[in-house]
Amino acid sequence: MRERLCARMRRADLPDEACGGGSSFARAGGGAPRVASAGRAEAGVAGAVGLAASPLNSRADVLHLSRTSRVGNRRVALAALVFAVAALSVIVAVGALSVDAAGATDFSQKNLAPSWEHPFGTDWMGRDMLLRTLAGLSTSVLVGLLAAGVSAVLALVLGVVAALGGKRVDAAVTWLIDLVMGVPHIVLLILISFALGKGFWGVVVGVAVTHWPSLARVVRAEVLQLKESTFVAVARKLGQGPASIAARHMLPYVLPQFVVGLILLFPHAILHEAAVTFLGFGLPPEQPAIGVILSESMGYLSAGMWWLAVFPGLALMATVLLFDAAGSSLRRLIDPHSAQE
Amino acid sequence: MARLVFRNMVKFVLLMLAVSLVTFVLVSVSPIDPVQANVGQAAYVNMSEAKRAQLADYWGADAPLLERYANWLAAAVQGDLGTSLRYNAPVADVIASRALNSLTLMATAWVVSGVLGFALGILAGANRGRLADRLVKGYCFLLASVPTFWLGLVFLVVFSVQLGWFPLGFSVPIGVAASDVTLADALRHLVLPALTLSVTGVANIALHTREKTVDVLESDYVRFARARGLSMWGVLRHHGLRNLVMPAITLQFASISEIFGGSVLVEQVFSYPGLGQAAVTAGLGGDVALLAGIAVLSAALVFGGNLVANVLYGVVDPRIRRSEGGEARA
Repeated sequence: MRERLCARMRRADLPDEACGGGSSFARAGGGAPRVASAGRAEAGVAGAVGLAASPLNSRADVLHLSRTSRVGNRRVALAALVFAVAALSVIVAVGALSVDAAGATDFSQKNLAPSWEHPFGTDWMGRDMLLRTLAGLSTSVLVGLLAAGVSAVLALVLGVVAALGGKRVDAAVTWLIDLVMGVPHIVLLILISFALGKGFWGVVVGVAVTHWPSLARVVRAEVLQLKESTFVAVARKLGQGPASIAARHMLPYVLPQFVVGLILLFPHAILHEAAVTFLGFGLPPEQPAIGVILSESMGYLSAGMWWLAVFPGLALMATVLLFDAAGSSLRRLIDPHSAQE
Repeated sequence: MARLVFRNMVKFVLLMLAVSLVTFVLVSVSPIDPVQANVGQAAYVNMSEAKRAQLADYWGADAPLLERYANWLAAAVQGDLGTSLRYNAPVADVIASRALNSLTLMATAWVVSGVLGFALGILAGANRGRLADRLVKGYCFLLASVPTFWLGLVFLVVFSVQLGWFPLGFSVPIGVAASDVTLADALRHLVLPALTLSVTGVANIALHTREKTVDVLESDYVRFARARGLSMWGVLRHHGLRNLVMPAITLQFASISEIFGGSVLVEQVFSYPGLGQAAVTAGLGGDVALLAGIAVLSAALVFGGNLVANVLYGVVDPRIRRSEGGEARA
């Protein structure tokens, strides 16, 4: 309303001040009709006041005021982050509490299609698929957290060492990255998991050892760039030691990238955990895991029991999406480059 | 040029050595007893001590790691990759018989996902911010979170079990002599695995091409072409494509690792007798020679893909050719 009025006054060849005056009136609580009936004399006075009170850009504010009210992007990102973290915590907590219930068999209730009582249906042993899925998700998330955490620390250490350790160390780390990336993830996961006798630790170590290279590359590139930056050179000339430079000048710069990279590792970690478990190298069949559920369901799909595979997979997908949402909204919040987007 | 070839040869040989050594080390430190894993729990308990010793000898459970590796390496250099204990045949034969299936599957998926992803990327980039763009972006975003093997299961449920359009698995019909299998049969068995693999491979290339398209459309030469009255699609055809195709092809070459990884899962879901399934069987049974053979082959494929990608970059973009020197590359 206000900006349309101003625009009209502009078009009617009124002096510019009238518009400025109008906006300052508006902020003081004056209604639109009052300005409209104000007349030239008052507009002149108000204009002078307006010029003194409001700088030029406040007029621009009003002129460019969006018609629809908007919520700040940062607030949306924060809300998304909080929601994703809360939802994930709920999944883990509920899943961890329902591990025992998930294993409870009831042969009078077997092979049931989804219903209100069993939203995800039941399997051939009468176990409730919703509970099994939740328990499996909770295991998956914990395995993913552990593996991604270890992987990220590996990436940080190797990335920093490569960047600061001199030419030979750099070549060695780069070669190691090439080696790990040169073999398909799944094949390497199979090998490592087998070497550790499969099971929980096989998966965790396997995922941790295979997922660091991309993040290590990012860290290495960042630190290499920092090493050449002027503020680090100044700090060095001022007599700061390498440790203090690393802690005071490099860490704060690399940390946001690192944290975001860490969170964005989770989805990969979880998906690979499920995949390798599905192939039979991961978590043992007696442990609740999405990979186990899905690989067991293969034997029953041809009998038409589609719910055994569809819902657990959808739940896994939703979990991965939650992690993704958490990671990207956190990046929007703490990464200065995209803070304005 | 000669230096480039030499350097890549050295890199390749070193990588192959490392991959095979890592495979041997990892398999030999495994606490899983190959004899027990292969004959099964019940048979193992009922077995006589002498039989166990004989089998342990057969699986090479006693020989020291380095000795086994040295033997394998010496033979491998001469083209003998050893004997697959699980399939009781030379590793080279097992790999060769399965490579055809796997390579057909991967090549189909590679081409389909590349073309599809490229088309979707251009579509999204040309319609930035509009419905088509949002659909493509949403699809890619969703795909990144979908487990490949689960998608395979869903396709199996929908197309094989519910609709009955495609077979439930394997690469040929069951109960038909190998000589009677027609090409149509083989293709029908290939459709679902290839579809699964293609659909999941689209995301990366589509998003990349979208970014590039947006860049191209914002450039000065496109603005000039538009000002001359060229239509959007005319601009894309005459000025966009040549800028967009090469990065996409390069990216596709660099993504062979993911396609191979995906094929392992997809082959398992569809019981498709390819390299991935053989790798899983070999891994579960402790068949070192076969596992090493497949791991080395997969590493060679990935290396080849990356090499082609790097060389293509140089051919297409003179700026990269000039700065080839000390730059560390992907």
